[in-house]
Amino acid sequence: MIRVSIVGASGYAGGELLRLLLDHPQVEIAQITSESFAGKFAYQVHPHLRGRTQLRFVGQEALEACDVLFLALPHGAAQRQIANYAALAARIIDLSADFRLRDGGVYQQYYGEAHNAPEWLDRFAYGLPETNRAALEGAAYASGVGCNATAVTLAVWALVRAGILQADQPLFADLKVGSSEAGRSPTESSHHPARAGVVRPFQMTGHRHEAEVRQTLSAYGHFDIRMAVTSVELVRGAAAAVYVTLPGIQEKEFWAAYRAAWNDSPFVRVVHDKAGIHRHPEPRLLAGTNYADVGWEYDPATGRAALLCAIDNLGKGASGSAVQCLNLMCGFEETTALTFSGFYP
Amino acid sequence: MTHISTCPDCCAEIHLPADTMLHELLPCPDCGAELEVLNLNPVELDLAPEMQEDWGE
Repeated sequence: MIRVSIVGASGYAGGELLRLLLDHPQVEIAQITSESFAGKFAYQVHPHLRGRTQLRFVGQEALEACDVLFLALPHGAAQRQIANYAALAARIIDLSADFRLRDGGVYQQYYGEAHNAPEWLDRFAYGLPETNRAALEGAAYASGVGCNATAVTLAVWALVRAGILQADQPLFADLKVGSSEAGRSPTESSHHPARAGVVRPFQMTGHRHEAEVRQTLSAYGHFDIRMAVTSVELVRGAAAAVYVTLPGIQEKEFWAAYRAAWNDSPFVRVVHDKAGIHRHPEPRLLAGTNYADVGWEYDPATGRAALLCAIDNLGKGASGSAVQCLNLMCGFEETTALTFSGFYP
Repeated sequence: MTHISTCPDCCAEIHLPADTMLHELLPCPDCGAELEVLNLNPVELDLAPEMQEDWGE
């Protein structure tokens, strides 16, 4: 049994972490922090956890030593205190964007400010087990993953790994995403009359997660990733379609590449069905799960392909992957506490 | 004794029960294609004729 604390547990990602870790048989949750809700019970902020825990939020000044510290803070906060957190726990999993990128210059380019702890960047293993499992096994520090970066990376990974998709063409990634990606703090754009029913293009160029995907694929070449993100009528979910041209590929080559990439990954499922209404990955089916569904559609006449991936942005795109990292870092079964299948309809 | 064959569409390995009948229809476990047993010895599978649906509407 290990003792785990969550810093910034009042946000959506923090709440999802808490929900998952309450079902982890080898984890005792020691403390949960929130500056805004200190003194409140967890269920008063995360109402679905009523009756599941008597934990109350504490301020960060009350944080005690533990075995593993999860940081679920707004971007930029963890890097300012990383040395203090490291003094409290031998293992840290940071869900923010602070330690995802290896290059401080790239971080500054995409996040608009110099990194406060660049000497820590190399110490963190990128927290997407599906592409970085070996580095995460036994690691002391793991970063989080960007939800949209995760969807795009997993959409293309099988074909990149197989050498079928090469870095000789731009990868145009179209993403449809749910409102929980924007976090718990309300804004004018998240106000219900302004958000309900939208199909709102909110970032058509220059998305921050492009750097993350490029870094993950860099072992296979310099891929020119271009992401366009549209808010749609979902609370949880991200669906990526990456458009590429691959002349002369046979359907069986897709299958072989996807099987080779994913047969040993417990949370990636190939969805490419001939029949039925659920022929392609759909985010709605994945709410609350750590699964990523991947697939494709291919037109042999033109060679155009759409490479698809759907995830729950709070699951595989954040807290689910973080718990999967915990399992790999601590030597637990990789799927522990993550086998919820979702619900249907 | 079970028969082992592969999906003609996605190459998934398919295990057919011993009592599989000629012209029996079965789905591929990976791609969901409906397959027809054309021969039993040796086993030969092919895509079954599909009901036509207008997915482009």
